[in-house]
Amino acid sequence: MLKILKYSFYDLMRSRWSYVYFAFYLLLGIVLLFLNNDLSKAVITLMNIIIVLVPLIGTIFGVMYYYNSKEFTELLLAQPLNRSSIFLGQYLGVAFSLSMSLILGLGLPFIFYGLFKSNAIWDFSLLIITGTFLTFIFTALAFNIALSNENKIKGFGYAILLWLLLAIIYDGIFLMSLILFEDYPLDKLSLIGTMLNPIDLSRTLILLKLDISALLGYTGAVFKQFFGTNFGLIVSFIMLTLWVIFPVFRIVYKSKRKDF
Amino acid sequence: MINIHNLHKKFGKNIVLSGVNLDIKEGGIFAILGPNGSGKTTLIKSILGMVIPNKGTINLLGKSIKNNSDYRNKIDYLPQIANFPSNLKVKELITMIKDLRGNKTTHDNDLINQFKLEPFLDKKLGNLSGGTKQKVNLVLTFMFDSPIIILDEPTSGLDPISLLRLKDLIQSEKSKGKTILITSHIMSFVEEISDEIVFLLEGQIYFKGTINELKEKTNQTDFEHAIASILTENHA
Repeated sequence: MLKILKYSFYDLMRSRWSYVYFAFYLLLGIVLLFLNNDLSKAVITLMNIIIVLVPLIGTIFGVMYYYNSKEFTELLLAQPLNRSSIFLGQYLGVAFSLSMSLILGLGLPFIFYGLFKSNAIWDFSLLIITGTFLTFIFTALAFNIALSNENKIKGFGYAILLWLLLAIIYDGIFLMSLILFEDYPLDKLSLIGTMLNPIDLSRTLILLKLDISALLGYTGAVFKQFFGTNFGLIVSFIMLTLWVIFPVFRIVYKSKRKDF
Repeated sequence: MINIHNLHKKFGKNIVLSGVNLDIKEGGIFAILGPNGSGKTTLIKSILGMVIPNKGTINLLGKSIKNNSDYRNKIDYLPQIANFPSNLKVKELITMIKDLRGNKTTHDNDLINQFKLEPFLDKKLGNLSGGTKQKVNLVLTFMFDSPIIILDEPTSGLDPISLLRLKDLIQSEKSKGKTILITSHIMSFVEEISDEIVFLLEGQIYFKGTINELKEKTNQTDFEHAIASILTENHA
């Protein structure tokens, strides 16, 4: 698996897209710092962007990489390598290279701005960790979609639909259901609803840490009340980890049963 | 060497293989023939583990290939269409495959010489012509010393000189006692090179034996006509 990871990573590091992604975050970090002139505020703005953008790029990039490396995959399948190591290697290659672009692209401007001397360092680290989690989650989901769909156009369609659903539509439906059923106790429902969407979960996680009640919203408030800040953090991390593990398991399961 | 028992495979509603039984002994050149869509590539890919059969077993050197990947160390495979990652250089691809198969002794340099590939080593695979890609494909296949060689349409896109070299190469591998499976649509090539043929028809083995046996069975003096007579008999 490590050999495949190495070659996938190496392949991606040479591709233009990793640099575009890196440059984009670099620029974003610089612009935000200059506009906000304050580390903590920049972290909040960044959160709102990361939570929507990282999943989008993870999904699109994951699907794109899978379809583009079809030839490479077929070449590997005829070699004495087992399937799970081929696909896990490729998945980790994509996820690592995307995470690296994110970490370096955002990290560098914040470090130069004096991150290590400020007390926003923990908030910022949490933001980066969440971003990395989201990258791993959505790349894995993208690989799942691509493995299940031979047709590229369908695959891309489902990938974008998935992102749209989790990043935008989910919140809408969730809010509607809260309004519709406002006569009933909704604490549990909203807790579960938050856990089932990694994007919502990440948002709650960061806001819990930043301790901005105004931005926390109903679910965040319930979350905080129910778990308290520290326990809430732990629970959300466990949920995020599960969100990585399940799709990865499905990659292994699917890849073992697929014909090439 | 290769034992296939009651192999079934369908893709959706399309039944490709329905109960293939095949025993291939060690040593010699076996041609797998059949009309388009008769399941030649599916059969080969099942042996390689790229296609997972619905039913049936495949044993290679006495061991089942199910849930196993190490056995592919014993096989050199030439895919039908040379699709390589297009942003890799020829040299890098060769090094990569060597690395992935573990550092075994290889004769890639001899083969590069034979097929005159030196000028292309630093070129990207995406920029090569179809024939040159096929030569790279051949180098990748023949550079290892495995007891089984599987060639899916090895002649496609090759110029006459390279074709001659390929034939020599196949013969020299055979003389080392290897088992070679070939699919091809070029009957003269098959007739010249193969010891035994396996004829697939509608997902089953219709005939297995030497070319002379096939000629006797069909009452034809010519190999191409013998094949044609099987097809007309079954489709007329």
